[in-house]
Amino acid sequence: MSKDIRIKKGLNINLVGAAEQTISKAVTSNVYALNLDDFHGITPKMLIKQGEEIKAGEPLFYNKNNEEMHFVSPVSGELVEIVRGARRRILTLKILADKEQDYVINKVPDLDTADGEAIKSYLLQCGGWPFIKQRPYDVIADPSATPKAIFVSGYATAPLSANPDFVLQDKEQEIQAAVLALGKMTPGKIHVTVGKSNRSPFNNIKGIELHKISGPHPAGLVGTQINRIDPVNKGEVVWTLSPQDMVMLGELLLTGKFNAERIVALAGSVVKQPKYYKTKIGAEISTFLYASGVNEDRFRLINGDVLTGSKTNTEGYLGFYNNTVTAIPEGDDYEFFGWNKPVFNKISSTRALTFSWLQPNKKYDLDTNTNGEHRAFVVTGRYEEVFPLDIYPLQLLKACMVKDLDEMEQLGLYEVAPEDFSLTEFICISKQPHQQIIREGLDLLQKELG
Amino acid sequence: MKEKLHDLKVKYQGKKMAPAFNALHTFLYMPNETTHSGAHVRAADDLKRTMNTVIMALVPCLLFGMFNAGYQHYSAINGFPESFSLFDHFLTWDNFWIGVTTVLPLVIVSYGVGLAIEFLFAVIKGHEVEEGYLVTGMLVPLIVPVDTPLWMLAIAVAFGVVIGKEVFGGTGMNILNPALTIRAFLFFAYPTWMSGDKVWVHKGVERAGTADAISGETVLGSLAQGSDYAYSLSDMFYGFIPGSVGETSTLLILLGALFLIFTKIASWRIMVSAVVGALVMGLIFNGVVDAGWLPEYSKFYALMSFPYWQHLLVGGLAFGIVFMATDPVTGSQTNKGKWYYGFFIGLLSVMIRVFNPGYPEGVFLAILLMNVFAPTIDHYVVRGNIKKRLKRFKTATIYPKSSDEVDTLKTETA
Repeated sequence: MSKDIRIKKGLNINLVGAAEQTISKAVTSNVYALNLDDFHGITPKMLIKQGEEIKAGEPLFYNKNNEEMHFVSPVSGELVEIVRGARRRILTLKILADKEQDYVINKVPDLDTADGEAIKSYLLQCGGWPFIKQRPYDVIADPSATPKAIFVSGYATAPLSANPDFVLQDKEQEIQAAVLALGKMTPGKIHVTVGKSNRSPFNNIKGIELHKISGPHPAGLVGTQINRIDPVNKGEVVWTLSPQDMVMLGELLLTGKFNAERIVALAGSVVKQPKYYKTKIGAEISTFLYASGVNEDRFRLINGDVLTGSKTNTEGYLGFYNNTVTAIPEGDDYEFFGWNKPVFNKISSTRALTFSWLQPNKKYDLDTNTNGEHRAFVVTGRYEEVFPLDIYPLQLLKACMVKDLDEMEQLGLYEVAPEDFSLTEFICISKQPHQQIIREGLDLLQKELG
Repeated sequence: MKEKLHDLKVKYQGKKMAPAFNALHTFLYMPNETTHSGAHVRAADDLKRTMNTVIMALVPCLLFGMFNAGYQHYSAINGFPESFSLFDHFLTWDNFWIGVTTVLPLVIVSYGVGLAIEFLFAVIKGHEVEEGYLVTGMLVPLIVPVDTPLWMLAIAVAFGVVIGKEVFGGTGMNILNPALTIRAFLFFAYPTWMSGDKVWVHKGVERAGTADAISGETVLGSLAQGSDYAYSLSDMFYGFIPGSVGETSTLLILLGALFLIFTKIASWRIMVSAVVGALVMGLIFNGVVDAGWLPEYSKFYALMSFPYWQHLLVGGLAFGIVFMATDPVTGSQTNKGKWYYGFFIGLLSVMIRVFNPGYPEGVFLAILLMNVFAPTIDHYVVRGNIKKRLKRFKTATIYPKSSDEVDTLKTETA
């Protein structure tokens, strides 16, 4: 059964440098790294010491608050470095990969007979669990909670992000296995939302509730879809997964092998030949970045898309959840009378001498300049035009800023993730850091309410 | 120049005077700031651009006001021209020169005093100079009588900026519209200067009592006294009437409104609902008169029988609706709230205008009143959203945590 959802509010950010739909194999990386910032809210407890050997799929560390939750190594090799920050907090784990990869092969549960608990403990043990995220709080799912439903977005509308239909080709078997396993862990439904095209591999998957969505960004964000299909109420828990992570779960459930391979879109105006690469989680970005070539010396390299990704550099590594790497020009230059002259080469949500409304399909080459300074909230009614959730965005942001827990809850903070505010942040005239405000609000709410 | 300024900026960084320098620097060059957290790219608009758009919408009103200052002055002396010609009688150098000598000083004092205070507060508090005053500074000269003494204006501006805005924390934090706070201060501190039939014409006050006395009563003033006015409907619409500097030309205000709506800078919801509110109140008054409930000798008769839609053409109603009511900081912030907010501004403006015994205008009082009520309106609108969420909560499916079960087992066995 398929239901159609139409999103009207939003804004498509068309950028130059979309990845061409061809897959190349990236050069094998020497060193792989896990960035601990990817696992928000997790305090790691190391299971192996620096200098020790590890197999691919063998646990590196566990979650301090839940000893069963293991985080495994994407490759086999030697743990060469534990990068620590202030107060000895672990930032990055670096593994020097072996020439010949050696995998741990876990004993897989029988998907037809195993119950939810068995699958849960298998995924926790074998490193598949961190792919499952939950709302409220937008963190790795709490295994002790039962979700009322699971949501997967098979549609990407974020600028330059990897096309799910393309990267999921021929992965139906794995997806089906993951759906079967996930279905046992919730009494509710698995909602999958895809675009209007018929190419989606989800069309033939059994055991899911398929929705079709159309409209501008953020139609592809899972938060938008949850809000339309079955919004989160206070006390409820839903899980979210990205489809590519589902494939990894599926393979882990079918073969017992943690295969960190994934297809990554390398995009952005700085990249000479933007296209897709087959690589592994934690691989050095330089292994495929320079294969495509870059136009400029100085640029912003982003793990993820331009709206929600995290800043990295040419010595950085592919993030745990990312399937897009974007390179755009830095914008650290002054612009003479930039605030009052007509603007043709930037996107705007207004028409205040900005002319992007004339050509909605034109592709822009945006840089990282903020186009103005940080100010208090002044303008109203603008966010609502790009924010399709049934939530008052400005009021929720203000509640988070003043740390008013009651109001944060009442206005629906537990329904959202920072990424849902990426578009309001993009158009914000006061250049406020919306995603950071929401992240801090979620952390506070989680700390206070458990 | 770009490099030199950059070096200076680095040199001044962290110093006391940095905000003042940065304000001038960012005026010349859009800063080299890049994104740190969250979205890596940002849209082209910032607060400066937003404010600049409003100023662009105000410029025609300002220019018209300058010509009108001269036109009203000479017409009061020589009488209105028999057959009016735009280029012979209105857009003349003589008229413009009167505007330059009367209106321009108002603009300079308004910006000079206001910005000086803004810079001072920015330096003391160590935050950047905010752009809010760019619009306020332009609005103020447009909503005062042409001969307002400059010292009065300076005091009022200082009061309005400090008490109306800075004590609340600056742009974005204020409760009352600063420009209207300034206007209200002038009105209540110097009431004799701000009303009557002399202040609307250049030199009117100065010449009062002499043989050369001139006067120009506003349409509303005439109505309040029950006397006739000599202006045709087209005069009112085009703005060839006495009044505050920039408020007279409904045509140019309308163009400004269309520009602001098209550029998506000002809220069309507030404008539309305020017009509706004014029309409704006007219709009610007209209805009262038509029903014969009001005797003709009543002092409200003239104002109440004034055709309902013409209220929009006279006084500051159109100007207030387009440029004052739509201030996003002091207005309602929710889209639904804006409908109520605007409607009551229109309604109350006409009501106060008709019933105000001392001064036949109510727009600034109505907007200030609704500024105070805007948070309350928003509160109830947001409550609606919260209620909807609470209703949904009743059907929530919450599964007990597995850890909870363990706890209950423990208590049972214990």
